[in-house]
Amino acid sequence: MSIKISETLTFECETGNYHTFCPISCVAWLYQKIEDSFFLVVGTKTCGYFLQNALGVMIFAEPRYAMAELEEGDISAQLNDYQELKRLCLQVGKDRNPSVIIWIGTCTTEIIKMDLEGMAPKLENEIGIPIIVARANGLDYAFTQGEDTVLAAMAHRCPEQENFIVNPQKSEKKSMENLISSLSIETEKIKQSLINRQNRFSLVLFGSLPSTVASQLSLELNRQSINVSGWLPAQRYTDLPILGNNVYVCGVNPFLSRTATTLMRRRKCKLIGAPFPIGPDGTRAWIEEICSVFGIDTQGLDEREQQIWESLRNYLNLVNGKSVFFMGDNLLEISLARFLIRCGMIVYEIGIPYMDKRYQAAELTFLQTTCKKMCVPMPRIVEKPDNYNQIQRMRELQPDLAITGMAHANPLEARGINTKWSVEFTFAQIHGFTNAKDVLELVTRPLRRNNNLENLGWTDLVREG
Amino acid sequence: MKLAYWMYAGPAHIGTLRVASSFKNVHAIMHAPLGDDYFNVMRSMLERERDFTPVTASIVDRHVLARGSQEKVVDNISRKDKQERPNLILLTPTCTSSILQEDLQNFVDRASTISDSDVILADVNHYRVNEIQAADRTLEQVVRYYLEKARRQGNLNLALTDKPSANIIGIFTLGFHNQHDCRELKRLLKDLGIEINQVIPEGGLVENLHQLPKAWFNLVPYREVGLMTAKYLEKEFGMSYISTTPMGVVDIANCIRQIEERINLLSPISLNEKVNYEPYIDEQTRFISQAAWFSRSIDCQNLTGKKAVVFGDATHAASITKILACEMGIRVSCAGTYCKHDGEWFKEQVQNFCDEILVTDDHTEVGDMIARIEPSAIFGTQMERHIGKRLDIPCGVISSPVHIQNFTLGYRPFLGYEGTNQVADLVYNSFTLGMEDHLLEIFGGHDTKEVITKSLSTDTDLTWNSESQLELNKIPGFVRGKIKRNTEKFARQNGVAKITVEIMYAAKEALNA
Repeated sequence: MSIKISETLTFECETGNYHTFCPISCVAWLYQKIEDSFFLVVGTKTCGYFLQNALGVMIFAEPRYAMAELEEGDISAQLNDYQELKRLCLQVGKDRNPSVIIWIGTCTTEIIKMDLEGMAPKLENEIGIPIIVARANGLDYAFTQGEDTVLAAMAHRCPEQENFIVNPQKSEKKSMENLISSLSIETEKIKQSLINRQNRFSLVLFGSLPSTVASQLSLELNRQSINVSGWLPAQRYTDLPILGNNVYVCGVNPFLSRTATTLMRRRKCKLIGAPFPIGPDGTRAWIEEICSVFGIDTQGLDEREQQIWESLRNYLNLVNGKSVFFMGDNLLEISLARFLIRCGMIVYEIGIPYMDKRYQAAELTFLQTTCKKMCVPMPRIVEKPDNYNQIQRMRELQPDLAITGMAHANPLEARGINTKWSVEFTFAQIHGFTNAKDVLELVTRPLRRNNNLENLGWTDLVREG
Repeated sequence: MKLAYWMYAGPAHIGTLRVASSFKNVHAIMHAPLGDDYFNVMRSMLERERDFTPVTASIVDRHVLARGSQEKVVDNISRKDKQERPNLILLTPTCTSSILQEDLQNFVDRASTISDSDVILADVNHYRVNEIQAADRTLEQVVRYYLEKARRQGNLNLALTDKPSANIIGIFTLGFHNQHDCRELKRLLKDLGIEINQVIPEGGLVENLHQLPKAWFNLVPYREVGLMTAKYLEKEFGMSYISTTPMGVVDIANCIRQIEERINLLSPISLNEKVNYEPYIDEQTRFISQAAWFSRSIDCQNLTGKKAVVFGDATHAASITKILACEMGIRVSCAGTYCKHDGEWFKEQVQNFCDEILVTDDHTEVGDMIARIEPSAIFGTQMERHIGKRLDIPCGVISSPVHIQNFTLGYRPFLGYEGTNQVADLVYNSFTLGMEDHLLEIFGGHDTKEVITKSLSTDTDLTWNSESQLELNKIPGFVRGKIKRNTEKFARQNGVAKITVEIMYAAKEALNA
């Protein structure tokens, strides 16, 4: 098998036999992000076993999620699923008093065609707690796409902008009263919407980020005198941002294509297509794209970016000229590869579960220009990769680093290939200027470990034959 | 539907995969949606496995849902056959394939005509059995398949080995300390002059399975997996099996005596002399293992009558209960297991060694039981360890489910004579050290931390006045939480809202009465 490194971006699609996390894993970070939520995963023991093991010690901290474990009677419809879900949701309401219950539909609910979307509004009326349905199942999605399905469902629950904007002179007072009585949104928010109305636009960012990272990004935009009027999701369900046809939206993560589509088509928002704010290059491009949409000239961005690159110098010396192979499992791959190429690395292959060329258009273009700028060959992008084939290719290419799932990490290490566990990129803080260091901290860890263990003569630790 | 976020035993397919990946050169193909191959992560992480886990998925996606798997499963099987050349490919159904009700047997039949490997369909129903039962069943299925195959081909050799020999059945991947136990069992059998015919499934080759009947007897160390296989071999080939778990000094002796009996039954034919293991048992018990001596020593005296709670799988929970009660004089307030399917056996085993028995797979029930009993130490799974953390009660981990720290690099068997030492250490280190305990009580403790309020209940309807607060602070830290809870329990029962020193003493008296 010969492997050609191409001059243009090539897209391939393999068999889809690859390892990734089930998309229900999104509850792990979303329940922490949305403080007043409760996630109910409607599935089987298999789903529960995955969550229990994947989330490790989190499970012992009385998390705000649980399984509605389906039993044989549920599958064969001997039990009434509406009554069963009602019983569980009442219990959750009583024990935890959440502001919203999010039902995560799984493979099983798909196959037995359990009508979660139909039952939710009825049950919501009956028990008085909002219920959102997200079908984050392994039949359709991979890993981080779980968040995409939840946010897309949540986008429908954001308050409508018309309530505040239409006929501002006539019913301003009344709509304010409505607003306060019906939606319990703090005065701060109203003030913000007023400010943005004066500016004649508002900007909502979508994608779940730890609150510190979210405020870092908001602050970067503030420096360019852009006010972020809301985040989807917000820290609390009751603080969901206001949406409407005067609202611009921009994604912070590459796996949010359904959310983007929903925001555009159903909520009539205007999508700003930009590279994602991962790495200083990505962050700068992201801010520039947003500013250009609002007709704002950026200030001091160049210096800011240079300053960050300067602070990364020690890491860059380590990674310069080293090669990377992304096996692909979390959809952050394109952005990470683009950043690493800019850092001086050579990327052989970008495996990715699903490639939305429209939503990621700006990022793909940016990847291409980065390759040209750094004078490195374009990597091949492999959608729905086949792990078996990838390992064969890796044997031939012998990359300096493989970014891969935990299923392959130890076996590859035993064969002398350095690995970095890809899931860490989804849990670490990697967005914005400030966190560029964290990405490189992760990427260089195996390389630094090697420097420590050099010359011990035990890199290859499997017996021949 | 059941509200749950923790389970003691995993889904059925995990059991099948554990058996498949324990054998050498066996490949499992799961009929499952994307993301269900989490087993590979567990094996690679927990066992720190150097090799790729021989498990892949034939992915069930939207298209499969609409049109069925069609050629996909067969293609995946024959592809794996060419790539890896395994001896056996085991098609593994999951919860998803259980409800899709595709004719997987048909795929297997078709695939086996075109591939060099043997292909079988694991016979497990996701909704009827759990991980443990599925593992037991799959192991029996594989053994049966190869023995029947050998019989058909006429190369079944039923002659016993010249020297006494044994099969060890039920050692496998992700089992609790299985690797160490296996090494210890081999040593024990070697000491007894018994050869190891085969160890299955761990490290075994399916093509050698037809030689299983050559052994003189089968040893099934764990209750959970291997019994079905042993019973099958007994029925088909008249092989006797020993299922006494050699854990703890007493049961090791029991197990060895049973081995002696089996060998002496067959030995007139080939050995011409009988074996007598009594001197070996005596030597090991009194001088090699430290556990018997430990139970006589002053340290262990301090443990007398202390309360403990035991929870785990049937094998470990039963054995540890017996060790605590008979070999160390510790009072087991409650012994429990999550192996509901084996509840009767468990009850029979521990009946006379504990105050109460709990058979449940609901961790909240276990947590409530522990909170109610307030033992000095817990012996349980990782879940009980965390319950113990919240209640400030030490916990020794004695059974699956476990974390990576229970896959130790060092040698830590639970079985055999070395196992007795390990168990003794574990038990002793879990209780607050005896003399330290005593001294702390005399001198009023060495910490002056704020009162510990950790408890499973969140009642805050009671107030402590300043004198009682001071009095509480004088109590040694490790029992303070318990005294506080007892006092509050007493106050609540008697409708008292404000706790004074008098109430504290009244509570103490009421408790002693």
